[in-house]
Amino acid sequence: MKRAVFRNPWLPYVLVAPQVAITLGFFFWPAFGSVRLSFYRASPFGDRLIFVGLGNFQRLFADAAYLRSAVTSVIFSFIVTLVGLALALVLASLANAKIRGLALYRSLLLWPYGIAPAIAGVLWLFIFHPSYGLLPYLLSFVTSYQFNWFLKGWVALTLIIVTAVWKQFGYNLAFYLAGLQAIEASVLEAASVDGAGVVRRFLAITFPLLSPVTFFLFTLNMTFSFFDTFGIVHAVTQGGPGDATSLLVYKAWKDGFEGLQLGLSAAQSVVLMVVVIALTTLQFRYAERTVTY
Amino acid sequence: MSRTTTLWRSAVGACALLAAVTLVPAPALAKTEIQWWHAMQATLGERVNEIAAKFNASQSEYEVKTVFKGSYPEAMNGAIAAYRAKQPPHIVQVYEVGTQTMLSSGAVYPVYQLMSDNKIAIDWKDLIGPVKSYYSQGGNLYSMAFNSSTPILYYNKDLFKKASLADKAPVTWDEVEAMAKKIVAAGGKCGFSAAWPSWTLVENMHGWHDQPFADHANGFDGLATRLQINGVFGVKMMELLQRGAKEGWFTYNGRLNKAETNMGAGECGIFLTSSAYIGNLTKVSEGKFTWGTGPLPHMTGFPQGNSIIGGATLWVMKGAKPEEYKGVAQFFKYLASTENQAWWATVTGYLPISHSAVKAMEASGVYAKNPNLKTSVAQMASGKTTPNSQGLRLGNFASIRDAIEEQMENIFNGSKTPKQGMDDAVAKSNEILKEFAALYK
Repeated sequence: MKRAVFRNPWLPYVLVAPQVAITLGFFFWPAFGSVRLSFYRASPFGDRLIFVGLGNFQRLFADAAYLRSAVTSVIFSFIVTLVGLALALVLASLANAKIRGLALYRSLLLWPYGIAPAIAGVLWLFIFHPSYGLLPYLLSFVTSYQFNWFLKGWVALTLIIVTAVWKQFGYNLAFYLAGLQAIEASVLEAASVDGAGVVRRFLAITFPLLSPVTFFLFTLNMTFSFFDTFGIVHAVTQGGPGDATSLLVYKAWKDGFEGLQLGLSAAQSVVLMVVVIALTTLQFRYAERTVTY
Repeated sequence: MSRTTTLWRSAVGACALLAAVTLVPAPALAKTEIQWWHAMQATLGERVNEIAAKFNASQSEYEVKTVFKGSYPEAMNGAIAAYRAKQPPHIVQVYEVGTQTMLSSGAVYPVYQLMSDNKIAIDWKDLIGPVKSYYSQGGNLYSMAFNSSTPILYYNKDLFKKASLADKAPVTWDEVEAMAKKIVAAGGKCGFSAAWPSWTLVENMHGWHDQPFADHANGFDGLATRLQINGVFGVKMMELLQRGAKEGWFTYNGRLNKAETNMGAGECGIFLTSSAYIGNLTKVSEGKFTWGTGPLPHMTGFPQGNSIIGGATLWVMKGAKPEEYKGVAQFFKYLASTENQAWWATVTGYLPISHSAVKAMEASGVYAKNPNLKTSVAQMASGKTTPNSQGLRLGNFASIRDAIEEQMENIFNGSKTPKQGMDDAVAKSNEILKEFAALYK
């Protein structure tokens, strides 16, 4: 890497200071607060603070509901990431073709990303709602099966997966499109001349050349589905039915802000923090080696 | 234009503005401001603003500012966060579920004390029994009764007619079942449903049938440590509903008040929710369908208790100045007046919380004109208030309600037996109660 040269030895520090201040103030300080609180049993109004050591964590890992929530979150995150990336890649390849009205298609495909998760949730609610939704109404002509996700866990989980995939879709597509456009046409042409078909060209050239983008999007989508889906769950299912859609981040919020069990909630966010740090580190240390830049 | 003139002009403009700011609102600044955080949405929110505006117009010393803080949990959380940041509102509306948390918090200025400190005499005996017992400790009222409601039964007269049923609310659960079946058979989408599932179908059903919900007299004789909803009655109730969901005459429509959407859309034949739904239902059903109300259905073979009140009360937070508290006390006096109580109950469907307000409503002919408003009052008068129906006072009640509703869903969708589901709800709730007790031991 090129070494930047500053005449004034203090200038680089001054330049990074705002970012460091923001990170310290808005990330490290609250994170430290959570870690501290996770060792306490705290009253809502803050008048009582009883040190319990690892008690909150013990309670957490002994709780079957928490473990179920962890499993649900992992399933949810993987499906959202894999389906989301596959779909975005396919549509990006199509949108990369030279067709009339391309600019319009592209902008339309990017749209969903501009929508806040909670709004996305409400929009899908209108489509899927068991009594006033459009889809159950249409389905009632085809099948007598009741898609009431107030009671059917798998329908509820599918619903929030679809919403999350749709929500992230524009973002993934934008990156894949940019990645595709960066691939030299001459490389693909050379392969065609050598007799490689569409599938072969995709597998041997396009996909490997896109791996940095895929790697980046994978990390980002995993983080998104682990942490940013609170709005969707809150707007659509509130974690139900039973605890079928109670993702870790939703449970942490619920126990903390509705249940007012602040220590327990802090312990949950500490666990989440450890998970995300581990995920990112693992990915950057190991996955990066297999990526062609 | 030269630079100097621009500067001059802005300077003059700024001075003028400053003068305007300091001069004009001067009389308004003399008013002591009182912050009232509430969680009343839609029509109810407008009523809250109305009553604050009326109070502000009635005197010149105090100005009550209403702030809508979102849902009940959000309002409570907002107040907690503000209290911890040492900037609490003077008054916060907290739902009944938060009562024990508020009582234990050490952050509130008890209302009886506020009133006596400010030498305002209020006839507490005039408060109706259930309201007074729910929010008092040692016979003293801790929070200002405001919007209390109790669940009642609603029925859609159009759907009843379509199913050739008489225009009469079901009285027993057997009747609910039979009628709901007929409504579905006649093409109705939803025979029976209920909002606030734990509140209407578990908490109130226990009170209504004089069954204990938790030990220590539902938490009134000391911190509750164990839920008792997995007994014969609780399980029987869940068996009925599980069967209803399976047979199609009971439709589950989600937690909180989400199911009200279905009732409001005219889909449900029989419905349980808060009496405070009258105001909204009147609005949304206008010109679409007609409906009536009745008392909660009874399960044959169990004794008669009473329904439990829900809704919210106004808590006064510690940390404000004496002259501000004086204003709060004045405002509460205004709220407690018979006239305002009767008005509030009439426009919202909440219970009139004082005997004199009931009498005033009786005398003004409100009940004759709108008999639905009388249903909740009559229901509570007909019931027998026992230790099982005076109220529920549990620590971390919001989490407990969640644990119950989670298991109700597991029961309704058939993934657990009623006994198993209720046992699991009790086990989880007891753990939550244990945590709370450990905090305040």
